[in-house]
Amino acid sequence: MSRIAARFKTLATQGRGALIPYLEAFDPDLETSLALLKAMPAAGADLIEVGMPFSDPSADGPVIQLAARRGLKAGATVAGVLKMIAAFREQDQETPIILMGYLNPVEAYGHARFCTDAAKAGVDGLILVDLPPEEADILEQPAQDAGLDIIRLVAPTTSDERLRYVLSHASGFVYYVSITGITGTRTASAEALQEALPRLRAATDLPVAIGFGIRTPEQAATAAGIADGAVVASALLSTLADTLDADGKATDQTLPRVLNQIKDLATAVRAGEKKAG
Amino acid sequence: MADPAEQHSTAAQPNSLRHGPDERGHFGGRYGGRFVAETLMPLLLELNAAYDAAKADPAFQKELDFYLRDYVGRPSPLWFARRMTEELGGAKIYMKREELNHTGSHKLNNVMGQILLARRMGRTRIVAETGAGQHGVATATVCALFGMQCVIYMGATDVERQKPNVFRMRLLGAEVVPVTAGAGTLKDAMNEAMRDWVANIADTYFLVGTVAGPHPYPAMVRDFQSVIGEETKEQMQAQEGRLPDVIVAAIGGGSNAMGIFHPFLDDASVRLIGVEAAGHGLDSGKTAASIERGRPGVLHGNRTYLLQNADGQIDEAHSISAGLDYPGVGPEHSWLSDIGRAEYVGATDDEALKAFQLCTRTEGIIPALESAHAIAYAAKIAPTLPKETLLVVNISGRGDKDIFTVAEHLGVKL
Repeated sequence: MSRIAARFKTLATQGRGALIPYLEAFDPDLETSLALLKAMPAAGADLIEVGMPFSDPSADGPVIQLAARRGLKAGATVAGVLKMIAAFREQDQETPIILMGYLNPVEAYGHARFCTDAAKAGVDGLILVDLPPEEADILEQPAQDAGLDIIRLVAPTTSDERLRYVLSHASGFVYYVSITGITGTRTASAEALQEALPRLRAATDLPVAIGFGIRTPEQAATAAGIADGAVVASALLSTLADTLDADGKATDQTLPRVLNQIKDLATAVRAGEKKAG
Repeated sequence: MADPAEQHSTAAQPNSLRHGPDERGHFGGRYGGRFVAETLMPLLLELNAAYDAAKADPAFQKELDFYLRDYVGRPSPLWFARRMTEELGGAKIYMKREELNHTGSHKLNNVMGQILLARRMGRTRIVAETGAGQHGVATATVCALFGMQCVIYMGATDVERQKPNVFRMRLLGAEVVPVTAGAGTLKDAMNEAMRDWVANIADTYFLVGTVAGPHPYPAMVRDFQSVIGEETKEQMQAQEGRLPDVIVAAIGGGSNAMGIFHPFLDDASVRLIGVEAAGHGLDSGKTAASIERGRPGVLHGNRTYLLQNADGQIDEAHSISAGLDYPGVGPEHSWLSDIGRAEYVGATDDEALKAFQLCTRTEGIIPALESAHAIAYAAKIAPTLPKETLLVVNISGRGDKDIFTVAEHLGVKL
């Protein structure tokens, strides 16, 4: 069983959803982001999304754009990100890692080579924002050969018919983009999420995580309660950015403040009850 | 109205190069496509269906023809550039006068088609990206014409170097949003327009200005711009009784070039030359020549030649012309380059400046700096070609917007 499937299965027996925090690789530098990654499981991360910086993140809001820019300035490359994951795996064999990014850096690295090297580094799943199933044939076979899940995004705009099509190309879990918009801008209401879930459940047996616009512990608990997991990205990156000094360098506040926020999110998610959904 | 024989001659044949793209929006099985976030996919599929329906509806074509004639001012003349021809002493140079269109460039051809489509689709708010501001002005113009809300994203650097167009857009009632991300040029404006669209899908239509972006934009914009080449074909037939030998057009995203090339793709005798902005020089590292110095990758919804580093990060383009300052190019051009049907070359900032002055001085036509790149290359090859060679340069826009930039480069204080 893959690390992703195993983790969701364990959480299901515990009757709770997953907290899935996000960090941008090399933000604001390799050492800090690796230290953050390594400390995330103990702070309460059940799965972790690691952003691969891209120069033109056209589906992301200002917070992730700036994080990506800091990462690139600090020298992030695809190879560097994979090395960072490998370093994490030396100490943690269980927490699933999902790489999230855009297609072009992967394409420049080589589709098959990327899948092989990512799996070797200990990556479990991929989310490529600008690779819809219509274009995914270039990556599906190499990912499957390497044992990597391709996690599919679905949105409120995705019709029932399209949902079946998209999810026939999905594995690992399903990422529900809860708002129509870019990352870190709006927040969907609990009612809107309650309404959306039955539609997804009818179309897939995979676990469903909700992302885009989840900022507070309460929102995370709600989302993780209604679905099977909550992704928190921009809120954490904002906190990280707030702790940087005038030159954009990490300070002694950077790790503690981000990790404390994750702890608060995890506490809320763990206290929340799993609702039928 | 063309006679049936002429219409037949421009219709796509079996084994034609004019059948693309395929259903997935791929040209030659490799370029183009739909590389966007899932939130946008349903919109693109809806747009595709709406465009197919419009294309098949004679009423839509009739409406478009009406606006093209009475509002845009088509057809645009094919002008024999006698003095420039004499000065260069070679090929006979003709100019396709797209700068005479309303708003001063070819951009309105496409914008008019898309605004009519947006109206058919019931959209009330238009967003667009712009580089030099020509597409932004054209978009703001049709929004004023039809009373629609208009938001234009423009790189902050471009806002600074294209002030007259920014003022024009605001006069026309558009909101111009300066984009400070990246180098503040066209690529960043494109990112921001896509973000707006994904956040406002219910009422908003994304009016793309060039033959790039996710399918169906490259094909749709090409179709709306093909009027340039269709007219050129008829006009050359009327004036010279035959096809032209060489067609030269400037390439940023490549819409004016694709518009004039496409009706000639199956006429193998016609040399098609796309002139990219070489900036400080093709090998200077400060260039916008995506086909000559880039390699295939994925950006802004399509696979195409891109200026990028070894790690797949997109490079900043450089050109004196804001309209060519883009690190990508339309996917159909990438395909035409690979199969060798069209040639792609570069003209530098300096060459464009010289051509700008040559055209102004010999023909009394102040061309856009974008078009000046095409003129520069035409002026380079014309003296090497026999006098009976018929060479067409697409004058895609007029240069009034550029006089401040040109003055600055010539050391003249206005």
